[in-house]
Amino acid sequence: MELHNVLGFPILTLSIFLPLAGALVIWLFIKNEQVVRWSALLVSIVTFIVTVPLATHFDTSTSKMQFGEFHAWIETFNINYNLGVDGISMPFIILTSLLTIVCIVSAWQCIQKRVKEYMVAFLILETTLIGVFAALDSMLFYFFWEAMLIPMYLIIGIWGGKNRVYATIKFFLYTLAGSVLMLIALLAMYFKSGGTFSILAYMDFPFDFQWQYWIWIAFFIAFAVKVPMWPVHTWLPDAHTEAPTAGSVILAGILLKMGAYGFLRFSLPICPDASQYFVPFMVGLSLVAIIYISLVAMMQTDMKRLIAYSSIAHMGFVTLGTFMFTQPAVEGAIINMISHGFVAAALFLCVGVMYDRLHTREIADYGGVVNVMPVFAAVMMLFSIANVALPGTSSFVGEIMVLIGTFAADPSQLSVSAKWIAVAAALSVILSACYTLWMYKRVIMGDIKHDAVKTMKDMSVREFSYFVPLIVLVLWMGFYPLPVLDVMHESVAHLIEQATSSKLEAAAALAGMAHEVAVH
Amino acid sequence: MQEVLTQETLSTVELLAIPVLPLIGAMVVGLFGWFLKERLSHWITCTLVIASTVLSIHVFIQVMGGASFHGNFWTWIISGDLDIPIGMMIDRLTTVMMMTVTIVSACVHIYTIGYMHGDPGYSRFFSYISAFTFSMLVLVMGNSFFTLFFGWEAVGLFSYLLIGFWYQRETATVAAMKAFIVNRVGDFGFAVGILAVWYYFGTVEYSKVFAAVPALVESGVSLSFLSWDVSAITFICLALFVGAMGKSGQVPLHVWLPDSMEGPTPISALIHAATMVTAGVFMVARLSPMFEYSEVALAAVVLVGATTAWMCATIGLVQNDIKRVIAYSTCSQLGYMFVACGVSAYSAGIFHLMTHAYFKALLFLAAGSVIHAVMAEQDIRKMGQLRKYMPVTYVTMFLAALALSGIPPFAGFFSKDLIIEATAVREMGWVSDVAYYAVISGVFMTAFYTFRMFFLTFHNSDRVPAETKAHLHESPKVITIPLIILAVGAVLSGWIGVTYLEMGELGAYFDGSIFVLDQHNPLMKLQVLEHDHGQSHFWLENGPLILALSGIGVAFLMYFRETKYPAMIANTLPRLHTFLLNKWYWDELYEKAIIRPTRHLGTWFWQKGDLGMIDGKLIHTGIVDSIKEAAARLRAVQTGMVYHYAYAMVIGVFGFLTYLMLNA
Repeated sequence: MELHNVLGFPILTLSIFLPLAGALVIWLFIKNEQVVRWSALLVSIVTFIVTVPLATHFDTSTSKMQFGEFHAWIETFNINYNLGVDGISMPFIILTSLLTIVCIVSAWQCIQKRVKEYMVAFLILETTLIGVFAALDSMLFYFFWEAMLIPMYLIIGIWGGKNRVYATIKFFLYTLAGSVLMLIALLAMYFKSGGTFSILAYMDFPFDFQWQYWIWIAFFIAFAVKVPMWPVHTWLPDAHTEAPTAGSVILAGILLKMGAYGFLRFSLPICPDASQYFVPFMVGLSLVAIIYISLVAMMQTDMKRLIAYSSIAHMGFVTLGTFMFTQPAVEGAIINMISHGFVAAALFLCVGVMYDRLHTREIADYGGVVNVMPVFAAVMMLFSIANVALPGTSSFVGEIMVLIGTFAADPSQLSVSAKWIAVAAALSVILSACYTLWMYKRVIMGDIKHDAVKTMKDMSVREFSYFVPLIVLVLWMGFYPLPVLDVMHESVAHLIEQATSSKLEAAAALAGMAHEVAVH
Repeated sequence: MQEVLTQETLSTVELLAIPVLPLIGAMVVGLFGWFLKERLSHWITCTLVIASTVLSIHVFIQVMGGASFHGNFWTWIISGDLDIPIGMMIDRLTTVMMMTVTIVSACVHIYTIGYMHGDPGYSRFFSYISAFTFSMLVLVMGNSFFTLFFGWEAVGLFSYLLIGFWYQRETATVAAMKAFIVNRVGDFGFAVGILAVWYYFGTVEYSKVFAAVPALVESGVSLSFLSWDVSAITFICLALFVGAMGKSGQVPLHVWLPDSMEGPTPISALIHAATMVTAGVFMVARLSPMFEYSEVALAAVVLVGATTAWMCATIGLVQNDIKRVIAYSTCSQLGYMFVACGVSAYSAGIFHLMTHAYFKALLFLAAGSVIHAVMAEQDIRKMGQLRKYMPVTYVTMFLAALALSGIPPFAGFFSKDLIIEATAVREMGWVSDVAYYAVISGVFMTAFYTFRMFFLTFHNSDRVPAETKAHLHESPKVITIPLIILAVGAVLSGWIGVTYLEMGELGAYFDGSIFVLDQHNPLMKLQVLEHDHGQSHFWLENGPLILALSGIGVAFLMYFRETKYPAMIANTLPRLHTFLLNKWYWDELYEKAIIRPTRHLGTWFWQKGDLGMIDGKLIHTGIVDSIKEAAARLRAVQTGMVYHYAYAMVIGVFGFLTYLMLNA
């Protein structure tokens, strides 16, 4: 097992367990609520600083796993504590540590009950999220993947809205159902591959088509629920509407990326032939997400539900790009994931700002907010146009790359040319403008219709402060996406090579060898 | 083939300064407007835009002398073989646009000082129009489809923000949203066009794409969808042209432009008359090396342009809102420009774009001056005899009206005449015939509606309400001076274009930046006719002028004094009158055929699909209920009797053993 770690100290372990350690300290030793808030903020900021070297010391010239760590964990089953990141997973770790800060700041005032538990839950959630992106052992991955559910379950269940119990159970059952199948797939691979849980070993192991087919389906269900893809998406609008603001931020910003990350990390490289086989299926579902879900989003009356549906539609671009196997499409999909992390997070924060004032999410209860909150209106305008993917924002970079990559793709499994798929996906240009600007018009513009709106005060400095990094990042990635693209070039090129080279010959050879052994 | 210009003889710093100066103004005033107050806000933005104007004129003169620039500044995206640099391409076409944009923008900036005085959003307005100027300059100065698209979307955004500038007005916010969404329909086409450009050419830089067009055409590559086969170049041009239709208010995507008049008048002049809406025309001219190779696309451009030119003119005949008359006229004149491009007389189209920018901006600003004077009234039925109160506005608007109607020696005469003649001589079968009749009958209507509006406003009977009358006055100097500057343009730009810039029947000014196949070139044909003194081309040469004069004459008879003719005609043809008054019912058509069905579909997907099918049938009754049922049955199994359990265990052991044996 060769390990690359230019830093010489276990940076990934530190990033993963720092929030957990902080959470423990806060839980055990701190009583004062204000101190809890400040120490949680401190922990999240230190964690962010710790993750920064991952970007600054990242070697963009290789697709190998970097900052690697390896320790035996449960030797009986060959389960190892194996960490490492490449250009696909590294950006998400930084995104996670950044958004956690935003989450903690945004909860400063609106969370008044059980402040300590709330902050602890978020720090533990951060541990599990970074763990998922850093794990190279599939059991370790599975451990973090499942552990993530618990804090999220508590965040929605305890600090959520009126219907939180329904939403929590729905969220939990959906994701759990997916996870169980993933566990079965992992166990199956363990036995087939002769006793390893290493993800990298799975990538190289020649599974034959039957195996790939079933493993792919098990993974698909696990990941599709998380993305979420139509028709297993209905838990998301409920979870979002009921979750507290910061819960929605982390849900849209990071948790949704898990599914797409799973496709990139597991489905494509481990089951390349099955992935190719299922291209039409994935394209179909992605287009449904882009078109059907956009139309559903348009008709929503609840702002959070609308943004939740818009998230699903944007994820359609991610899954479409992922299964096109061209460099611009896959990189565009990843950029889209990161960008959506900023934009959807910011839009949920915008709704949160308004919700804190009027305690309603209904579009009809607002109108004319710009009259009383001009700065807020400007901030929300920026993120609305980012949601529409206007050039100059990060989402444009992602979407246009997916579209270009799709138009140029040539998947032989499809009966229609990929060009027409790109054209259909480009309808999002119109649809996203419809639902986003219609909401903006009804909520922000116009004259004040309800007296309650008159009482709204513009954003405080604290509220504005958590938008600042998001504004900077959305514009920076919109105008200068090269550094982020540089990070992923090698890894994505390697991934595409894996996903497009068939394992069937090697599998047949292996089967032949096994047969010969059996004969002798 | 058009030669690719690469020598860098222009100063890069100067070129970059032209768009960046207004951007700096926009950012400073946008962020610190609360601190700068009115005076500093307009001083900063106006100074920077005027500086940008001076630099543009300087560059224009240099380029006239043969200089040019083509270079990249930085790389935006690299991914696999996708490589998108950002740079500029400066040639004669670009500089004409730059000059027009900055001059009109500078006039509008100054005018705004007077027009928006005292508005609570004063500095915000200046920030927006400066940012708009930046975006428009990026649009025209860029060297690739991506810079074009960036500018395209950015001008659209500022148009949206400015239409909805008075956000308390419900109509303004609806108009803003409508403008954005209809434009997005066009942008959908544009985006698809860009995808196809990158796919077929492997680059998005103009010069490289243009150089590769003939090879693509010769290779005969085509796309097929179902049973529909279309050549690649036609597909690209048509997709891009959909974008142009959206931005330039062409039928059927014109519905947003008249509604955009909800915005403050200065932006109607700057954005919805002189600059942004002409972006589509600029695009087609810029991409002439592509459009020239697609007969289908050219025919589509001609037909869409001619339809718009004619239809919007008919609507303009009966409108009563002073700004809407001018707005429909803008749609119509943009149609003329597209017809020019479609018949391969691109230089005539750009020529008309330039003259139109001056006289149409002038018409709007003069209308704004009138609206300012009559206390925000826009209905021309409540005006009349205003010439007595506002002489400068009266005279400048008169000049603009003459220019729009196409009366020599005013600007519009030269450019419009050229378009009509070019349409007459270009042979495209029925397409050019239809277009010719559309544009020539449009001349009569243009003259008529322009002077109808003019007479009703400044002559006819005095219908101004008494309470307004006390406030009637000429506008202040910050308003009248821009009117005078633009009036100079409206009078002289046509003549200058023909005499000094060879924009007339030679069209030679744009050689090198606009490409025309010899067999298409209608301007060349016109020249041949010109020298062919043997034949008489009386109608070809004088027809438009005769029609324009008769249009003015009819308007004079009906509207100069109060007469009974208008009511008489409306009463004789009531159906036609209502039809035109209701703008051919386009809005109603869209409401019924597109908006409502889309909403129903969205609701249906949501209620029946997500809630009904997935949550209801599939999850609830399907999975949850069957689990409940299974649980109930399992409960029945737990009888508590030992022999039941033992029996089950024995069966289980047998089953397991059987399985092992079969697999051994």
